[in-house]
Amino acid sequence: MLLKKLTEASGVSGHEREVRNIIIDEIKDYVDDLKVDKLGNLIVFKKGKENPKKLMITAHMDEVGLMVIDIDDKGYIKFTTVGGIDKRILISKPVLIGDKKVPGVIGSKPMHLQKKEERDRAIEIDSLYIDIGVDSKEEALKFVNIGDYISFDSKYTEFGDNLIKAKALDNRVGCSLLIELIKEIEDVSFYGVFTVMEEIGLKGAGPAAYNVDPDICIVLEGTLCYDVPQIDTHLIPTRLNNGPAISLIDRTTIFNKTLREKIAEIARSNGIPYQYRKSSMGGNDSGKIHVTKEGSITATISVPCRNIHSPTSVMSKKDYENTLRLLKAILNEYKKGEFISGIQ
Amino acid sequence: MEFNSKLLKELVTTYGPSGNETNICNYIKEQIKNYVDEITVDNLGNLIARKKGNGKKIMIAAHMDQIGLMITDIDENGFLRFTNIGGVSPFVSLNQHVIFENGVLGIIAMEPMDDISKLKLSNLFIDIGVKNKKEAESLVNIGDVCVYLPHYNENENTVFTSALDDRIGCYVAIETIKNIKNYKNDLYFVFTVQEEVGLRGAKTSAYKINPDICIALDVTGSGDTPKAKTFAVGLHKGTAIKVKDNSILTHPKLRNIMINVAKENNIAYQLEVLEYGGTDSGAVHLTREGVPSGVISIPTRYVHSTTEMVSKKDVLDSIKLLVKLLENDLDI
Repeated sequence: MLLKKLTEASGVSGHEREVRNIIIDEIKDYVDDLKVDKLGNLIVFKKGKENPKKLMITAHMDEVGLMVIDIDDKGYIKFTTVGGIDKRILISKPVLIGDKKVPGVIGSKPMHLQKKEERDRAIEIDSLYIDIGVDSKEEALKFVNIGDYISFDSKYTEFGDNLIKAKALDNRVGCSLLIELIKEIEDVSFYGVFTVMEEIGLKGAGPAAYNVDPDICIVLEGTLCYDVPQIDTHLIPTRLNNGPAISLIDRTTIFNKTLREKIAEIARSNGIPYQYRKSSMGGNDSGKIHVTKEGSITATISVPCRNIHSPTSVMSKKDYENTLRLLKAILNEYKKGEFISGIQ
Repeated sequence: MEFNSKLLKELVTTYGPSGNETNICNYIKEQIKNYVDEITVDNLGNLIARKKGNGKKIMIAAHMDQIGLMITDIDENGFLRFTNIGGVSPFVSLNQHVIFENGVLGIIAMEPMDDISKLKLSNLFIDIGVKNKKEAESLVNIGDVCVYLPHYNENENTVFTSALDDRIGCYVAIETIKNIKNYKNDLYFVFTVQEEVGLRGAKTSAYKINPDICIALDVTGSGDTPKAKTFAVGLHKGTAIKVKDNSILTHPKLRNIMINVAKENNIAYQLEVLEYGGTDSGAVHLTREGVPSGVISIPTRYVHSTTEMVSKKDVLDSIKLLVKLLENDLDI
């Protein structure tokens, strides 16, 4: 299954090759042009009915992870984070290191040995290490090198009522949606862009947008979901099973009102549930894309993911299906020609 | 030149938070359309007005957006929750009136708190005087943006009102457009969008225009109030020529031309070294291959509060300086 294959691949920011190759294999027979740019963005074009407004749909391929910074005399691996990772989730997690996917476990001082003040706060990354089952630096260097990427070792699992648990749902879920769109949509011209290095500061998106120079862009994402019952409604960014989340504002973009209202209207008229992302925190590729060259109008549509940026994110298959339905409905509307007025 | 209170009052009372600049854009367009050769609005909503000339392309940027509050949630009883658009202080916001684009009014109130010093925007809500969610939803949608209720007051020396940041820069640009005659270069007056959220409109409009020189017009702070931090800019001391802020070190040659033009024409000026903040020229000067850029600042007290204050004389000095600058070759 596509999402299983995508989420079990390693693709920490700056090292997206494995994910990109899977995507290329999936879509190469369905696109009219395909190129990988100098930074590693995968840019494809699907030729169909012409539209005066150039449309680009993007999803970033990279995921948050870790990187080896040192190996000590006993062969323990010291590491740093790549992208935003909550240090509280790291202890005792299994990981895979480097292209050979050497298995390891993130270790720390057992709680029995911790002082009281150590138990009261999260253990600093400096005090954590990865155990790869060797007992010397020399032995470790046979498997691992400084600079190697480290990703979480987590199996894609379906559970409960249509839920999925996996790592890297942010943003393999966006990649999966874009792949399915590219395969299934016919007779619509659009650019599909799978970007690199979003998690470390939207690095790939700017050059990709500079190259494509779109008028309209839709960014596909997995986004924050925190829908526990004890909190006030205004502090819940999105809810699982309430449909695709349309962004209002984040730290990098005020999303174009006309476009987001048009998308909401398309959802309503097709009977597709949707919700607004009620948080202004975070940012995504849109932040770079909408201010590239002369600017473009952008929207972000996300699948809600609980425990985002962790080895075990959770999403709903129903949300996925509804997001795909919404995207198809948007493309059908775009195909009709004058998609949106009010942009020059 | 007389101080045009009517124009400024209309500018500060016209709705236009970042990302929702259509109303203020249309208002400015009406004011200037008979005085310029071309008017366009780009993808992001920047209003670009050209006064054609033969020389260098000069971009004059004033942002037309203002800070605001975006609705993110409507609860069962019809109370609204919001997030900030631009730099909004919870302490300034408490108990203030707000107004939406459609004219709906509200006030900002807070949840009970034991320690008010911990006040955050998430503790505040907007009460629009309705009985329930359904009634609220008939007036306001999630994603709608409100602004502090505008009001305009003045005395002989000063103006005090909301949204002077940066409608006062728009005012300087409009008055310059109307009054300038012997300009030497090709002038692009840009009323930019989304400055308050990160100089976004300036970035795209500068790419489009590809100017040779940029002069931004914006408010700056003041260091002349009780126990203010050291800052050598105050009200009634003239226009301010920016040396630096957190977004730019202004181009030294352009800055020196600005200083010399002010001296030659007996325009009162002060030099501004601002240790925080930024303005449109911060984005413009890094566009494409780089653009020599400077800033004419209007000294302003209480920036980003519901009542900001400027000196009428400083504003008129700013217009004089801009007019004289644009009559200069700007040979740098």
